[in-house]
Amino acid sequence: MLTLEKRAQPSKAWVYVAPILAVIITMIVGGVVFAMLGKPPLEAIRTIFYDPLFGDFASYSRPQLLIKAGPLILIAIGLSFGFRAGIWNIGAEGQYIMGALAAAATGLAFYPMEARWLIFPLMVLAGLAGGMVWAAIPAFLRIRFKTNEILVSLMLVYVAEAIQASMALNLLRNPDGHGFPGSRNLSQYPSSANLELIANSGVHWGVMAALTAVIFAYFILARHRFGFDVRLAGQSPRAAGFAGVDAGRLVFICMLISGALAGAAGMFEVSGPAGRVSIDFNVGYGFTAIIVAFLGRLHPVGILIAGLLMALTYIGGELAQLSLGLPGAAIQLFQGMLLFFLLAVDVMTSYRIRFGKTE
Amino acid sequence: MDFSSINPILLLASLMVAATPIILAAAGELVVERAGVLNLGVEGMMITGAITGFIATVTTGSPWIGFVAAAAGGAGLSLLFAFLTQILLSNQVATGLALTLFGLGLSALLGQGYNGIKAPEFPRIDIPVISEIPVLGPILFSHDPMVYVGIGIVAGIWYFLRYSRAGLVLRAVGENHEAAHALGYHVIRIRVLAIMFGGACAGLGGAYISLVRVPQWTDGMTAGAGWIALAIVVFASWRPWRLLIGAYLFGGVTVLQLNFQAAGIAIPVEYLAMSPYIATILVLVLMSAGRAPGSLGKIFHASR
Amino acid sequence: MMGLPARAQDKTKVGFVFVGPIGDGGWTFEHNNGRLAVEAAFGDAVETVYAENVPEGPDAERVLTQMVLGGADLIFTTSFGYMESTMNVAAKFPDVKFEHATGYLRADNVSTYSARFYEGRAVQGHIAGNLTKSNKVGYIGSFPIPEVIRGINSAFIHARKVNPDVEFKIVWAFTWFDPAKEADAAKVLIEQGCDVILQHTDSTAPQAAAQAAGNVYTFGQASDMGEYAPMPRVSSIIDNWAPYYVERTQAVIDGTWTSVDTWDGIGRGMVGIGEISDAVPADVKASAEALRDSIASGAYHPFTGPLNKQDGSAWLADGETADDGTLAGLNFFVEGIDGDIPS
Repeated sequence: MLTLEKRAQPSKAWVYVAPILAVIITMIVGGVVFAMLGKPPLEAIRTIFYDPLFGDFASYSRPQLLIKAGPLILIAIGLSFGFRAGIWNIGAEGQYIMGALAAAATGLAFYPMEARWLIFPLMVLAGLAGGMVWAAIPAFLRIRFKTNEILVSLMLVYVAEAIQASMALNLLRNPDGHGFPGSRNLSQYPSSANLELIANSGVHWGVMAALTAVIFAYFILARHRFGFDVRLAGQSPRAAGFAGVDAGRLVFICMLISGALAGAAGMFEVSGPAGRVSIDFNVGYGFTAIIVAFLGRLHPVGILIAGLLMALTYIGGELAQLSLGLPGAAIQLFQGMLLFFLLAVDVMTSYRIRFGKTE
Repeated sequence: MDFSSINPILLLASLMVAATPIILAAAGELVVERAGVLNLGVEGMMITGAITGFIATVTTGSPWIGFVAAAAGGAGLSLLFAFLTQILLSNQVATGLALTLFGLGLSALLGQGYNGIKAPEFPRIDIPVISEIPVLGPILFSHDPMVYVGIGIVAGIWYFLRYSRAGLVLRAVGENHEAAHALGYHVIRIRVLAIMFGGACAGLGGAYISLVRVPQWTDGMTAGAGWIALAIVVFASWRPWRLLIGAYLFGGVTVLQLNFQAAGIAIPVEYLAMSPYIATILVLVLMSAGRAPGSLGKIFHASR
Repeated sequence: MMGLPARAQDKTKVGFVFVGPIGDGGWTFEHNNGRLAVEAAFGDAVETVYAENVPEGPDAERVLTQMVLGGADLIFTTSFGYMESTMNVAAKFPDVKFEHATGYLRADNVSTYSARFYEGRAVQGHIAGNLTKSNKVGYIGSFPIPEVIRGINSAFIHARKVNPDVEFKIVWAFTWFDPAKEADAAKVLIEQGCDVILQHTDSTAPQAAAQAAGNVYTFGQASDMGEYAPMPRVSSIIDNWAPYYVERTQAVIDGTWTSVDTWDGIGRGMVGIGEISDAVPADVKASAEALRDSIASGAYHPFTGPLNKQDGSAWLADGETADDGTLAGLNFFVEGIDGDIPS
């Protein structure tokens, strides 16, 4: 009979081993699934994990990794504060959209004036504000009415999508666009474009923001009083109460942080890689970031690595689609499995297996 | 602007149909949450049920077998969640989300080659006698069987939780799992059974969409119905009959906004499209007075 | 521009980027049929590659680039939303040819192509006006863009011509393909009294809803949807991309490819009218076919005056036909249609 016995302290070794083990197990099981689909398993795994980094055209796919991982990491960092404290913001996708819309509206309001020193920073602020306002709604409702923030933030995603469609068709529609929906191209408007800092490196302002967020988050969580409050509230709400942590204030700040970072990610995407506000420019980063946050175990450096790993599965997955005809759905399955195995292996961090009888 | 073209009785009939998948999924999740477990993977279980049911129906030609297969598929997927959260003690929120992602991918894979195929029809039944009532009868009482099964499941759950001993035990486990364990109840076994029931119901709900409501298979066809179901459980304050009201309300707003559009009523389409979700938020706020089961979402580990 | 290892190849590689799944039974399904026709026509001389469910935006750009890096000579991008991605990638790889469906931006190596679906809508409207007994025709619109507005106008004009009492009820689904929404929209229209349903969305869900209701007529969209014939589907608009795709591939092989803008209709075979079923009375069938033939030969243009705009102001004088420029950017309804274009 196997039983689980709680460890006194989480095992440091397993904290590092668990994710690596999870990735390896996923690769093996994933390979089996690919084989069942009739695709050569080793080649598929190689195409997904190795080729984007070191394959024939890796000089193109490596920067793409950064472009894909940037928003994921930025949003996941924001989410990690809330998740640690038991505040579940599932609506980051909606905050991403609202941030993008706010930023695009700001940029287009100035068009065609060229004043990058003014317009671009204003757009960043608008992106932060847009996301924050959208996240403030579930935060307020939770503090004031004890409404479940998971559901409210999620419903607001659908509302945000409706607003996005409306904006693309009306207020933000490109007057020179022959009647088609969608805004002007922001990445071609110099004052608003989110350009690469080094050509062809994939490092645009959003990626820089993501890296900065990782560093800040690390220090806040490790050194700052707020980080301490967050960690304490997650582990023991009662102890946190005794230590003087104001639960309401904590909810508010955590939601606003995640909303702001999601909104900023939206801003960087819409003025850079996506380029314009269209009816459906959002591609689910807000939801994938939740997976990234958990894969990275809510730790800033972990999130950095997890974000890059997720990006790798996306880009490698596309390559596998093109060269092996692997169905796109297989990659989604793969990502779900990765999270499952991580959660499963994670038990070893907090619990120890005992062999023997229980009663 | 032509309000007269909206027929209230037809509206009622179509909202019963629109609400059925949500009723099925939410009813299952209500039982799971009353047992103290938060399973966010409803969307994944629903869509797995949708494809399993569809494949079974197309292969065997019988929608009834399809629904049974869908329930089995949803329950099977939920076992993964049960294993991870009850045996391996993983975080319920994360595991539920992983289940949704996994379910979406799995169903898309299974569904390859079933896009655009027509499934055998699921015939409507006419309830004897009451469907003869003029006007109301044929519209309210001539639905396909699953509409009535949905209402029946809600009634069954109400009876189970309120009057049966097993239901009492389940509620005890949900309120305070430590105490229930001390009293000798097998917390994990009860929760696993509840989770499987939730999975089966979600599977039925998903199959309703792919076999009756649309009816065909497409990737991601549940389109967020699982999340709505979760919201309805909270709306219902974890009480079965309120769940019906919540689902009808949501289904009603959805159907009504399309009716408004077709009748040419001049509310901008975007606001109409948002209305079901805003309505849900408002209702959630108003209903927050309800109490959640005491142990909802907490990890249970029998320490000995 | 990046330095790439040169890939020697004797086969011509043709790529296809699809916005939906090839199994959707509608828009992408027909584009994929075009791809299969290319394979059949050229055999070993050509290799095709495709990616489905590619979201518009940076993902599309990456997929396109990877196709080019994989050796593609000609790539068809089959959705309006791929416009910028196509232009961006085309700028980086001037030796590769691109064909963008339904767009309006071109370059030396980028062509655009689209079909005059409104010609097919004229025939549909004609049949609808004749068949309806309740005088209410339902229309499931996708997005309020010129292509969809053209279709609504064309159908309405020709329905009114044969039936002055007919009325159109329009529901906007805000999606190209979402069977659940389309089923709901169809049911609502039927409940409000429509007995003919036209759709600009791609799934068969409205056909299924019509079949369940009984006595409602529908038309297949993008592909024939013949499994619902003879009722409720009485005819259809079939997107037939095969001739165009084969022609353009041949041009690349011959080295004669140049950037063009193609907008073909029934006459050139890009728009097919599906077999009119027996549920339609013989005289209506005959007049519909005659209408189709007159459009195909160019003798008749669906947008011929006298026509007024919805607000009553004059648009086309007697005998005047609408020019392509106006049609391409059409953003108003003609007189007689109730309801506003969402804005």
